[in-house]
Amino acid sequence: MSGDNTGSNSPEPIENGPKRNAIGISFGNSYSSIAYTNAVDGKAEVIADPDGDRQIPSILSYVGGEEFTGAQAKAQIPRNPRNTIAHVRDYLGKSFKEIDPSPCQAVAHPVEHDGGKTVAFVVQEKVSEEEGGPQPEKSTLTVQEVSTRLLRRLRSSASDYLGRDVNAAVITVPSDFSDAQKSALKASAEKAGIEVLQFISEPISALLAFDAKIQQSGEGQPSQQDKIVVVGDLGGTRSDVSVVASRNGVYTTLATAHDYELGGVTLDKVLIEYAAKEFLKKNKNKDPRENERSLAKLTLEAEAVKKALSLGASASFSIESLIDGIDFSLSVNRTRFELLGSKVFASFTRLIEGAVQKADLDVLDIDEIVLSGGTSHTPKIASNLQSHFPESTVVIAPSTTPSAVNPSELAARGAAIQASLISEFETQDIVENTEAVVTVTPHLPHAIGLVTGDDQFSVIVPPETPVPVRRTAQIAVKDGGDVLIKLAEGVREIKVTQEEKPATNGKKDDDDDEDDEDDEDDEPEEIRSKVWKANKPLAEAAIKGVKKGGKVEVQINVAADLSVTVVAREVGGKGGVRGTIEAGAVQQNGSAA
Amino acid sequence: MAAIQIMATLPALPDGWSAEKDFKAVGKLSQPTNRALEAVGHHYLAHARRRRHKRTFSEDEKIQAQENVKKVEKDDDDDIDDNEDPMLLQREAKDWKTQDHYAILGLQKYRWRASEDQIKRAHRKKVLKHHPDKKAAAGEEENDQFFKCIQRATDILLDPVKRRQYDSVDEAAEREPPSKKDVQKKPGNFYKLWRPVFESEGRFSKKQPVPQLGDDNSTKEHVEEFYNFWYAFDSWRSFEYLDEDVPDDNESRDQKRHVERKNNNARKKRKNEDVQRLRKLVDDALAQDERIKKFRQEGNKEKNKKRLEKEAAEKAAKEEAQRKKEEEEKAAAEKAAAEKSAKEDSKKAKEAAKNAAKKNKRVIRGAAKDGNYFTDGEASPGQIDGALNDTDALITKLDNEEIAALTAKLQGKTDKAAIKTVFQEEVKRLVEAGKAKDGEFKTLA
Ligand SMILES: Nc1ncnc2c1ncn2[C@@H]1O[C@H](COP(=O)(O)OP(=O)(O)OP(=O)(O)O)[C@@H](O)[C@H]1O
Ligand SMILES: [Mg+2]
Repeated sequence: MSGDNTGSNSPEPIENGPKRNAIGISFGNSYSSIAYTNAVDGKAEVIADPDGDRQIPSILSYVGGEEFTGAQAKAQIPRNPRNTIAHVRDYLGKSFKEIDPSPCQAVAHPVEHDGGKTVAFVVQEKVSEEEGGPQPEKSTLTVQEVSTRLLRRLRSSASDYLGRDVNAAVITVPSDFSDAQKSALKASAEKAGIEVLQFISEPISALLAFDAKIQQSGEGQPSQQDKIVVVGDLGGTRSDVSVVASRNGVYTTLATAHDYELGGVTLDKVLIEYAAKEFLKKNKNKDPRENERSLAKLTLEAEAVKKALSLGASASFSIESLIDGIDFSLSVNRTRFELLGSKVFASFTRLIEGAVQKADLDVLDIDEIVLSGGTSHTPKIASNLQSHFPESTVVIAPSTTPSAVNPSELAARGAAIQASLISEFETQDIVENTEAVVTVTPHLPHAIGLVTGDDQFSVIVPPETPVPVRRTAQIAVKDGGDVLIKLAEGVREIKVTQEEKPATNGKKDDDDDEDDEDDEDDEPEEIRSKVWKANKPLAEAAIKGVKKGGKVEVQINVAADLSVTVVAREVGGKGGVRGTIEAGAVQQNGSAA
Repeated sequence: MAAIQIMATLPALPDGWSAEKDFKAVGKLSQPTNRALEAVGHHYLAHARRRRHKRTFSEDEKIQAQENVKKVEKDDDDDIDDNEDPMLLQREAKDWKTQDHYAILGLQKYRWRASEDQIKRAHRKKVLKHHPDKKAAAGEEENDQFFKCIQRATDILLDPVKRRQYDSVDEAAEREPPSKKDVQKKPGNFYKLWRPVFESEGRFSKKQPVPQLGDDNSTKEHVEEFYNFWYAFDSWRSFEYLDEDVPDDNESRDQKRHVERKNNNARKKRKNEDVQRLRKLVDDALAQDERIKKFRQEGNKEKNKKRLEKEAAEKAAKEEAQRKKEEEEKAAAEKAAAEKSAKEDSKKAKEAAKNAAKKNKRVIRGAAKDGNYFTDGEASPGQIDGALNDTDALITKLDNEEIAALTAKLQGKTDKAAIKTVFQEEVKRLVEAGKAKDGEFKTLA
């Protein structure tokens, strides 16, 4: 975008209706977070619940007629699993047929409701008034109702903390959240007294928060205006990846990838397996995985150990009465954990690389990988990515970038930023801003740039940039004189060269007979690099009489109709050249195959 | 927004480059792709404000926008087979070693070709259908056996190492090589029947992509490269999937070691057999490959052709020499003839010129007479003699061309005075050119 008007979104004020107090909510299957933007410095901050937690387990538990939520509800799982409800977000707006009940294995199981059209949980919500009296009937709580109750708790935590009644929010959802899911969540939120201003995609929210942080700290480099970012949202029960073209602060998702079975829980299982086997060594035939309560205790402890291993080099299991009154303690160091989990860790890398491929990009095209979601704390995930991607790719995670924002907070913070941007808008405007007729925009399929010496191509506007767009480039003219500005479309090519091998392997071709011994080592190493090639000339312009050591400036303006205005001049010189490239024939369906 | 700094050199303006106002468009931008922007952040809001500026969109425009956008989320799982064989559903989880993992996930059509993404989607689809909680809801008997089969299949197929072990022994993916008889039944059968075999064997190759079998039009280089590849095949195929179970801790150490040794030997043996099998398979294909014969014949033909060509070349050289000689002789003869005819021509020309000069001289003499012998009254015999003598003397001083020129000047003149003037001028010209003395021609003075 042309970059003007930044920061001047003077909102269309609400004419009537109560004042909105808006926050950002990340409503996960495993954890939720709430954030607000500080009116003083405009920074987003995450709010703690009454227990002091900023990652609030999205769990409800009914014990003795009382409702618990957050960490307190989670602690109930071993003792009271069937009256504890967890993992509801992804069940919203789905029929029973469409859901995977697996994540609820250790808690209340989802059941059919409303003839299978929706999902519900059956729990002992209420207990008899008098001691020993008959238990009242169990309650059937629909996912929507459970969501409402969870959101109501979040809302009250935020209201208590901020000292004002929170009544609106931007809520983050996965990039593949369907319209049915959104409307179910919207209804739940409204019932909890929260007006949903906008749903935004979790990875995009994380990116927004990350970029805002860079902006505020002044670390942003001009070259970072245009970048390709991969956001990995690695949660508890699922992992989602988005490949995003970020063009001067405007984001376009190029591809996504999802794994509904990969997340923090998968890593917990690695530790559970290990701990169980160690326990079995000393306690024959007492497998803690076969007993529901033991397994629940082990699961909670495994998660805690895993989190501790994100910071420390070692951590310990310590469980009282794991099974049959036997206590369990076990120390695990990070290296062991990384070894045990190597396959799971590799899956994260493959998921992320798969998303890059889906976007028709190469790892060399990726400028940044932003890791969000609780599981992104795990150092091995970031270090695997750093070694799998080229050095030019910056991996942003707590273990690789000390200044990184807490990945557990990124989504909620982004939502808070968005909430502060739109909370004063009229509802009608907010709605229109998100409609396809406003969001759907033509994007340049190829780069626009200059053909420079030795037939090189220098990018000015990168591919996948939405139009209209304006970019200015400067180029030194060392020797001065008359120069030719050759504007062209360019494409990126991956050049593969073989690394020179020492002479000892020179005879390789002759020894076909003994290839059994011959393994990958003596294959020459491939060096891959990214090169730009001009593939379609667009325009030529002459700049005459440039001073020795002078500079030429080229400004490219691509209009919404794909016509291009080019202005080229010597920096500090008079006049300059101006010309227009007419738009090509407009195709009705401009979407690429 | 800050300007982008480009580190490169601009080309110098080529000589003769010109354009009106120093700018010319030479192309147009490629068709754009319609994509949805993420509706977040203040830069986006600036875009939205510009897009919506003072206008309302019609329903049509709204629908159009929605239809023309490139989708990034798509979830059609049509590639995954939904209809499980009842026999499959009866399987026991403990028999996982013999289960067809691809069939369990509905990917039997794809097998080793199935992508990781496909396996994940297949797993999800099957879980949604066969989770024990779903059975319970449907009032079916509690039986998680098939569900466990699904989990096991996914476990194996999503683990790259385990998947290779399974793919190594996946009989359903195997393609038996065709019989010689079938190959010979119809032209083209060789390719039709062998191609899937090589494609299937190619999955074991460490080097990817594997060269294609090609067809009748393949070059000799291609075919040679193909067979070279297969004779030097670098395979990852291994046989641990068929291992006998190693007894667990309870059994004796010796027993355990014994089984392990046995397994190791079995793996090696199978691997060797597989290498032999593949070698024979390639031998068979090679033997049936008509292209090999064709190339050999072409090779022979090529040799013959070379000999014939050499002979032909020699013959041609001889003929050429002969032809050259003849040509040279002919050229010499032609040259002589030409010279002769040229001589004759020049003789003729000279004669013609002579004749012309004769004729012209007659005209000049005639003119002297017509000019009344350069006198005014009746010419006396002395005057006539003098005039004719002078005329003759003048003619001798002139060459043929001058005579022709003089003739031309006299042409058509009848007036005495005019004729005399022409003569006088000619005399004057000669005097001036130093070819005659002043007063040499008395009658023309
Ligand atoms: N410091 C840490 N180190 C490692 N893992 C962590 C850490 N903190 C949180 N996690 C893990 O992150 C996961 C939760 O991630 P997140 O908060 O993003 O959840 P979510 O989005 O609700 O998950 P879901 O994918 O189920 O919707 C849990 O598995 C948790 O154990
Ligand atoms: Mg999440």
